[in-house]
Amino acid sequence: MYAIETKELTKKFGSLTAVDNISFQVKHGSIFAFLGPNGAGKSTTIKMLTTLLSPTSGMVTLNGFDVSKDSNEVRRNFGIVFQDPSLDDDLTAYENMELHAVLYKVPQNEIKERIEQLLNFVELWDRRDNLVKTFSGGMKRRLEIARGLLHHPKILFLDEPTIGLDPQTRNHIWSYLIKMNKEEGTTIFVTTHYMEEADKVADQIAIIDHGKIVAQGTSAELKEKTKTQSLEEAFIALTGHEIRHEEAAKGLHMRHWRSAARRGS
Amino acid sequence: MNTITILWLRQLKKYFRSKSRIIGSMGQPLLFLIALGFGFGPIYQKAGGGNYIDFLAPGIIAMSILFTAIFSGIEVIWDKQFGFLKETLVAPVSRYEIVLGRTLGGATVALFQGAIVFLISMLIGFSPNLVLLPFAIVFALLISLFFTALGTAIASMLDDMQGFQLIMNFLVMPVFFLSGALFPLTGLPSAIYSITLFDPLSYGVDGLRGTLGAVTQFGLLTDFTILGVMTVIALGIGSYLFSKIQV
Ligand SMILES: Nc1ncnc2c1ncn2[C@@H]1O[C@H](COP(=O)(O)OP(=O)(O)OP(=O)(O)O)[C@@H](O)[C@H]1O
Ligand SMILES: [Mg+2]
Repeated sequence: MYAIETKELTKKFGSLTAVDNISFQVKHGSIFAFLGPNGAGKSTTIKMLTTLLSPTSGMVTLNGFDVSKDSNEVRRNFGIVFQDPSLDDDLTAYENMELHAVLYKVPQNEIKERIEQLLNFVELWDRRDNLVKTFSGGMKRRLEIARGLLHHPKILFLDEPTIGLDPQTRNHIWSYLIKMNKEEGTTIFVTTHYMEEADKVADQIAIIDHGKIVAQGTSAELKEKTKTQSLEEAFIALTGHEIRHEEAAKGLHMRHWRSAARRGS
Repeated sequence: MNTITILWLRQLKKYFRSKSRIIGSMGQPLLFLIALGFGFGPIYQKAGGGNYIDFLAPGIIAMSILFTAIFSGIEVIWDKQFGFLKETLVAPVSRYEIVLGRTLGGATVALFQGAIVFLISMLIGFSPNLVLLPFAIVFALLISLFFTALGTAIASMLDDMQGFQLIMNFLVMPVFFLSGALFPLTGLPSAIYSITLFDPLSYGVDGLRGTLGAVTQFGLLTDFTILGVMTVIALGIGSYLFSKIQV
């Protein structure tokens, strides 16, 4: 049994096929990087894997449970850090964490301690009683990551988790994730546009373009296949040079623009 | 704490933190009470209707509950747009628990709003009979629940706030004006009168009036039964549509 398995998974939005007949398996305890240009269908796939969207056709199982049939059981098995904002801005950092802990049935006597530990980890403990709407973009992102780790999920979905974070924070967070992966055997499914990040952490990589998986394998296998020196070059060799204007414009979300503006200025 | 409690608490916290919402939602009922109460009072009395404020106040209490409750339900759209809804939808709890917590929270806020307007109207001259007050609270709660559930049902089907104005103009305002909140339904032309019978708020307003000392038109038991059944149905539909949300 795999941690995640999809068979011929497809999602159509009207005439647009966002995810086109993709099949892959993710082994227990592995780190799986799902890479692809803007609008390739990564987030849509994650939404189907996490019961937020129902597939047009095809099958998904998480730890053997069918996403469409056993959605409640499936939801017990994973945690997720979304690409788009998902905090309640009118609550404090602590209240956002506490709400999550209750929804995920973290034992009452552990809630406070775990929240303290994770908020310390993302250096937000001092700001715990501030409303989230007073936070910077990076602080919100750190809070979302801390929240996603709160209930020790068996499978963790990270949709561009480190977007908008400085290099120090990125390293800090990745070393924690790798530790979780090693010590607790957490399976990690991650999308990112930082190729070095994927190269460093992933056991398996799948590259998706226009809704289709165009290559799968380890980083070394992908480089070998494309006769390139780096994962970035391999990625470009597989997905081409053109910028995805149309899809990018449609698929991009607020945070992209904000963080792009931040990086640009 | 459990899912329902924490989501209920969330609605309350959000409401009490938004001072502008509290103050704003007192302004409108106050205006209605003063403008209509003092404006139509003398005419109503001359026509033999008795004390207009005593007639009007339950209607305005129902109005403030209606608006607050619909708005609380509609908040689902905001949570969709600002992304928080996803966080609750992927959690390993039944979506019925989620929607129940939210709806109870929204209804509590609406009930609280109704209580404030009740006190304001007493300052302006409303003199209710308090013997049946517990039953008045039951009616206020049913109105709160019904319209929070209705707001939730509508919001579950919409993706953004663009339809909001439409809902206000073609649903909420007619529901309010046709409920007999401002004038007695008895004198209406029969065609319009039959429409008012389909308005859930008609029974809410009538129930509030009856329990606060004025005469009822349909009878308290009829009011309670019809509004109760409609509330159960609305809760069912609201929960069902909420459970089917995709984001
Ligand atoms: N709800 C929706 N309705 C219509 N089209 C959608 C919807 N969600 C996504 N799409 C389209 O599906 C395609 C894939 O989008 P998706 O968000 O999965 O891309 P992505 O790979 O996550 O891209 P990015 O790297 O920019 O986050 C895009 O063309 C997008 O416009
Ligand atoms: Mg995406």
